[in-house]
Amino acid sequence: MTIGRIAPETETPLLEVENLKKHFPIRKGLFSRVVGQVYAVDGISFSVAPNETLGIVGESGCGKSTAGKAILNLIKPTDGEVKLEGKRIDNLSGAKMRSVRKQLQVVFQDPYSSLNPRLRVGEIVGEPILNFDSRNRHAREERVIELLERVGLPADAAKKYPYEFSGGQRQRIGIARALALDPKMIVCDEPVSALDVSVQAQVVNLLMDLQQDLKLSYLFVAHDLAVVEHISHRVAVMYLGKIVELSDKHSLFSDPLHPYTEALLSAVPQPSPRRKPDRIVLKGDVPSPINPPKGCRFHTRCPYAFDRCYVEEPPLREVEPGRQVACHLHDDAEGTKGPSLPS
Amino acid sequence: MAITTLNPPRIAKSRLTGRLVAQIKRHPTVALGSSLLLLMVAMALLAPLLQTHGPQDISPADRLQNPSSEFVFGTDMLGRDLYSRVVHGSKISLLVGVGVAAISISVGLAIGLLTGFLRWFDAIVMRIMDGLMSIPPVLLAIALMALAGASIQNVIMAIAIAEIPRVVRLVRSLVLSLREEPYVEAAVSSGTPLLRILIRHILPNTLAPLLVQGTYIFASAMILEAILSFIGAGTPPEIPSWGNIMAEGRTYFQSAPFIILFPGFFLSLAVLAVNLLGDGLRDALDPRLARRL
Repeated sequence: MTIGRIAPETETPLLEVENLKKHFPIRKGLFSRVVGQVYAVDGISFSVAPNETLGIVGESGCGKSTAGKAILNLIKPTDGEVKLEGKRIDNLSGAKMRSVRKQLQVVFQDPYSSLNPRLRVGEIVGEPILNFDSRNRHAREERVIELLERVGLPADAAKKYPYEFSGGQRQRIGIARALALDPKMIVCDEPVSALDVSVQAQVVNLLMDLQQDLKLSYLFVAHDLAVVEHISHRVAVMYLGKIVELSDKHSLFSDPLHPYTEALLSAVPQPSPRRKPDRIVLKGDVPSPINPPKGCRFHTRCPYAFDRCYVEEPPLREVEPGRQVACHLHDDAEGTKGPSLPS
Repeated sequence: MAITTLNPPRIAKSRLTGRLVAQIKRHPTVALGSSLLLLMVAMALLAPLLQTHGPQDISPADRLQNPSSEFVFGTDMLGRDLYSRVVHGSKISLLVGVGVAAISISVGLAIGLLTGFLRWFDAIVMRIMDGLMSIPPVLLAIALMALAGASIQNVIMAIAIAEIPRVVRLVRSLVLSLREEPYVEAAVSSGTPLLRILIRHILPNTLAPLLVQGTYIFASAMILEAILSFIGAGTPPEIPSWGNIMAEGRTYFQSAPFIILFPGFFLSLAVLAVNLLGDGLRDALDPRLARRL
């Protein structure tokens, strides 16, 4: 099951994200006065190695999709840096950004709205190639057929329209489009969450095969932990615009360090909606990202919160090699440890 | 199978007509509207052949005659043959309808696309459009006609200016929502230049609603032309348009109601035809259904 590499720290990262922030101003009134900010992504840092998959999980509204879009430069980040192969890309625009886009592609969540209904599949998949080489039409058509076959679609799909395909097939078309420019990195923005469970497995397995064959890196944004566990090498857990835990998949799933991760994991295996024996049910709702809580952002719902959590925000720090967590419970260094986690 | 080998051409023909029948069954309003409209167009084009008298031929002796075999729709107060005038009037109505629809759609589309993408342009232009929209279209057209003077071109321009703000609003809202479509974001992330995004992804998806809007503009322009002509602010009186004919017949409504009824009937029929076509097109142009045509 292990494809790709497990020890990314030893390599030059393909994608580096440093202190990435995206705040959306809230405007009101006649003159569009800024009355507040939505702290959608509030300072996240991570890196993705070549041929690695980093999963980003979190509940709705935690900023994971916004982070993906900011990395793709589809929305301008408020602050922070995004580097691809060591070069900053977050401040690029126009022609310079276009050339970077060859390396960095995206697969969207909704396979229905991400394909233009008025274009044939061949035109959709061929468009990225057309953007960078408009001369050789014949070669483009051949490449399109090669791509379609690579994602498991028949060659004659190129002549059809998107509405003639099912959700899973449409997502394959979206993947073929993302592969068209031979990218090194693909941001997958919840690529399977709109699909049936049976189709999800096929698409995830296709993505894994492609990674192995084409040496791709994925940034895999999802809210489905089972899918993330299957495809990722490392996993970052986001809560209210921040990464609370970042660790390799095995230790994260077997021994979660952050209370939020623990609660998320307890919600995972639910073959029947009625069977919820060991669930840690978090109380209350996610606080508003317009006015995030002081101190640790999770303290309003954390079952282990103590005084320090209310005032001091825990930084994301490495507690074991390759394991980062933002929680005072794991702050051994300063000797102000709170109550230890019950196991 | 045996029939196919015996009589292949007939099978092919019936298959073709079968397809036509299927289309008409699928979109009966399009078929009805477009055939009515085609009849109107034929009437306008063949007016010199269909006329029984010259539309301007005055014959005071025969004035205000009831419909008869000689004057099918009767005559007006100058003894002109109403039937020939109504037939010729269709030219004006259709010309104004098509002209207004074409001008307001193309100008509105250009302005709308820009407002959807350029913020500063949007801020200025939309306030102007709001201002134009706050004036009732009939009043705006009357004011413009008073400024410009009576001629067919001025009628078309005046009505087009009154209709443009509605088109701009429609296109702008379409562009704003299309910009956020994931397939436009996907195009951006695959390095598609802005111009190609506009042409490939934005424009084709605005055309279907625009075409439908165009038919409604067509219909309302014909009515506006008739209103302008009726109150004497439209087509010059020497040209027989339906509005002009009705205006002239106004004072004789009690003694010779047919002078208003016949052009009025044709105007209603033309507006109905265009509206039926528009309604049908709106259903037929759903992208998923349209491709099966």
